[in-house]
Amino acid sequence: MDHRPQNWGRPRDDVYGAYDGSYLQSSGPKQATQSPIVTGTSVIALKFKDGVVMAADNLASYGSLARFTDVPRLRSFAETSVIGFGGDVSDMQYLNRHLTDLSIDEAYAAPSSTDTTTSPGAGTLNAANLHKYLQKLLYSRRNNFDPLWNQILVAGLDSSEAPFLASVDMRGTAFTSPSLATGFGAALAQPIMRRYAETDEQAAQLSREEAVKIIKECMKVLYYRDARSLDKYSLAVVTKAGVEISEDEQLEQQSWAFAERIKGYGTQTV
Amino acid sequence: MAMFSQNPLMNGPNYSFNEAPRVNAPEGARQHRFDPYTDNGGSTLAIAGADFAIMAGDTRLTSGYSINSRYHPKVFKIGGTTADQKDATLVLSVVGFMADGEALKEKLDSICKMYRYRHGKAMSVEACARRLSIILYQKRFFPYYAYAILGGLDEQGKGAVYSYDPVGSYEREQCRAGGAAASLIMPFLDNQVNFKNQYEPGSGEGHALQERERRPLTRAEVEILVKDAFDGAVERHIEVGDGLQMMVVTATGIEEIYLPLKKD
Amino acid sequence: MPGFDFSNYNRNAALHARGVPLPKATSTGTTIVGCIFDGGVVIAADTRATSGPIVADKNCEKLHYIAPNIWCAGAGTAADTEFTTALISSQLELHALSTGRKPRVVTCMTLLKQHLFRYQGHIGAYLVVAGVDPTGTHLFTVHAHGSTDKLPYVTMGSGSLAAMSVFETQWRGNLTRDEAVALCSDAIKAGIFNDLGSGSNVDVAVITAEKTTLMRNYIRPNERVPKLQSYVFRRGTTAVLNEKVIRKEELGNFITVQEVPVAEDKMEVDT
Repeated sequence: MDHRPQNWGRPRDDVYGAYDGSYLQSSGPKQATQSPIVTGTSVIALKFKDGVVMAADNLASYGSLARFTDVPRLRSFAETSVIGFGGDVSDMQYLNRHLTDLSIDEAYAAPSSTDTTTSPGAGTLNAANLHKYLQKLLYSRRNNFDPLWNQILVAGLDSSEAPFLASVDMRGTAFTSPSLATGFGAALAQPIMRRYAETDEQAAQLSREEAVKIIKECMKVLYYRDARSLDKYSLAVVTKAGVEISEDEQLEQQSWAFAERIKGYGTQTV
Repeated sequence: MAMFSQNPLMNGPNYSFNEAPRVNAPEGARQHRFDPYTDNGGSTLAIAGADFAIMAGDTRLTSGYSINSRYHPKVFKIGGTTADQKDATLVLSVVGFMADGEALKEKLDSICKMYRYRHGKAMSVEACARRLSIILYQKRFFPYYAYAILGGLDEQGKGAVYSYDPVGSYEREQCRAGGAAASLIMPFLDNQVNFKNQYEPGSGEGHALQERERRPLTRAEVEILVKDAFDGAVERHIEVGDGLQMMVVTATGIEEIYLPLKKD
Repeated sequence: MPGFDFSNYNRNAALHARGVPLPKATSTGTTIVGCIFDGGVVIAADTRATSGPIVADKNCEKLHYIAPNIWCAGAGTAADTEFTTALISSQLELHALSTGRKPRVVTCMTLLKQHLFRYQGHIGAYLVVAGVDPTGTHLFTVHAHGSTDKLPYVTMGSGSLAAMSVFETQWRGNLTRDEAVALCSDAIKAGIFNDLGSGSNVDVAVITAEKTTLMRNYIRPNERVPKLQSYVFRRGTTAVLNEKVIRKEELGNFITVQEVPVAEDKMEVDT
């Protein structure tokens, strides 16, 4: 008999092999680390003369499964800014809840919120402030090894009422550009948008109609080539007048005509 | 407990028919393990002159093979009393992981501001340099992944450049290149700023040759060297390009210059 | 059976296990594209070759000759694209001589895919195969694992998505020759400016039933900016520690000398 009580009642190592206790993780730091489960794909956005256009499809994927097909990923903040979320959907919903709380607090705190003579949301956080806030939030979460698994675009106006567009990712890396895209869009949509708006000066020449047309074109290309995308999407336009979000856009004028000319992948001719 | 364990990885002989248990999940099982760092590419450069210091950096921000932004500054004024930093006297450049770099910049900036409010004068570059070293070392076991260079004028009014490693080792230097193309630019600087490997023609034979005497470069000369260094780096390093941002620190203030670079 | 020499395989595996890194191959982190038009096919490529983040060659050739009427654009490991296309080119030439017929694009594509499949992806060649033969105009992609695809427009390499964004917004059926050339070079330019693995110039090849036109450096959107000053050193700046003179007449004592006419292909240097 084994005289060591620690081993009583256990499968014998010499017969079954040593017990694999690796999953117990009895030592080491608390593992808050996660991985994205239900995810959203690209968000794209483009500045124009008076504001910013943003779009993201309404799909929440579960791995390669198109799990939820009616999940809008754009939201407004204080009627002055638009936020688009890529990455983990549960983290998006957490941030959504958090931002709603924040906007209510800000609305109570802002003295001009009851003053109807000023533009909506005046006195509260503008898009530039909001972006900075989110950057600090995501950076502190990464410092605690408990990241929010998102890449976020923030659109609106800055303190001088000029169009503002910026991005922040799960590590707190923040940057701005006349056009921005997350995920697959960074590779597929960004080259299209940069053709029209390489610089802020070029973006300032674009009209709202032109910008919307370019964004719609990008959404079409993303649907053609991103296997985790959907043809139903949300489109937001933010200007001085406020935020307009439409959550039931449908891709139009798709072209699959070339497909019938394709026969096989090599030597097939019929 | 471990003494009695028959886990072969912990102690003692093992009689198991099987192999040693897996310490962690099998290779490739964890698809995403959170890595808190990335490299955002780019390069920086600083040169100290007799009565000025030039800090420069390209403005491209990358991740992997894609360009996140064509205009994202790496060189910042530090310690002014206002948000636009128009009365700042110091310049900090950071390169590496930009989220850490910018966190570092903001921390140092707020410390310089507090110093200014408390003492009624701007922080000297020597004091700020030491403080920056301490900030970096305070995160010794979760470092800021950023290569910082601090520039300004010392108490004699001479140009000063301090360069850092990510955990706070620092040194005052005549010139320093940091970031992705540092290894491409630094030898050029050694040769053109400190005249390394240059000798006075005809001053002797073999080892008796006299080294070319160092002299402080003028501001115009330094600006040319900076532009040429970056034009060279852009040719051979894929993460460097788009724009060149230069800050010239002089007794009269900090002047900012932007020049375009190749975009491919 | 001729082929690769595996005699160092075990030695290298042992070295690798002890932490010796594998040598880094030059890769053509690349944008390559192809597009069919009425009467022929166009392929195009950028000209940057990289080794990690360093540009190894600013103006390399990624359009490879297979047969007079069949050309190939290559992405992936530079050596693999080079040798694979050369090997298949040779086999195709012999095949054409023994059958007495013009080589066909499908034959080329099949040889390539069977060769690459045999090596299970270890030959890192990603190819766009294009050509015109008696059966018509053809355009294929061949992946390193041996899969192929047949499409009216194709892109490959690290810049493939940037290039595809151009095709997906601007391509239509029944293009003319000039339109196809413009479309392909626009696609390559999207890769050059948006993908860090691609850069420098645009090479284009147009293949029709009559002839193939190779337009090397068709567009040069990235000319090197001249340096602002001269970096020529004064004579005598470099220390001479040791000197030994061997006269030309005595050269024969050390090596075998053979006179070769000097080619007029000067290296690009600063003045």
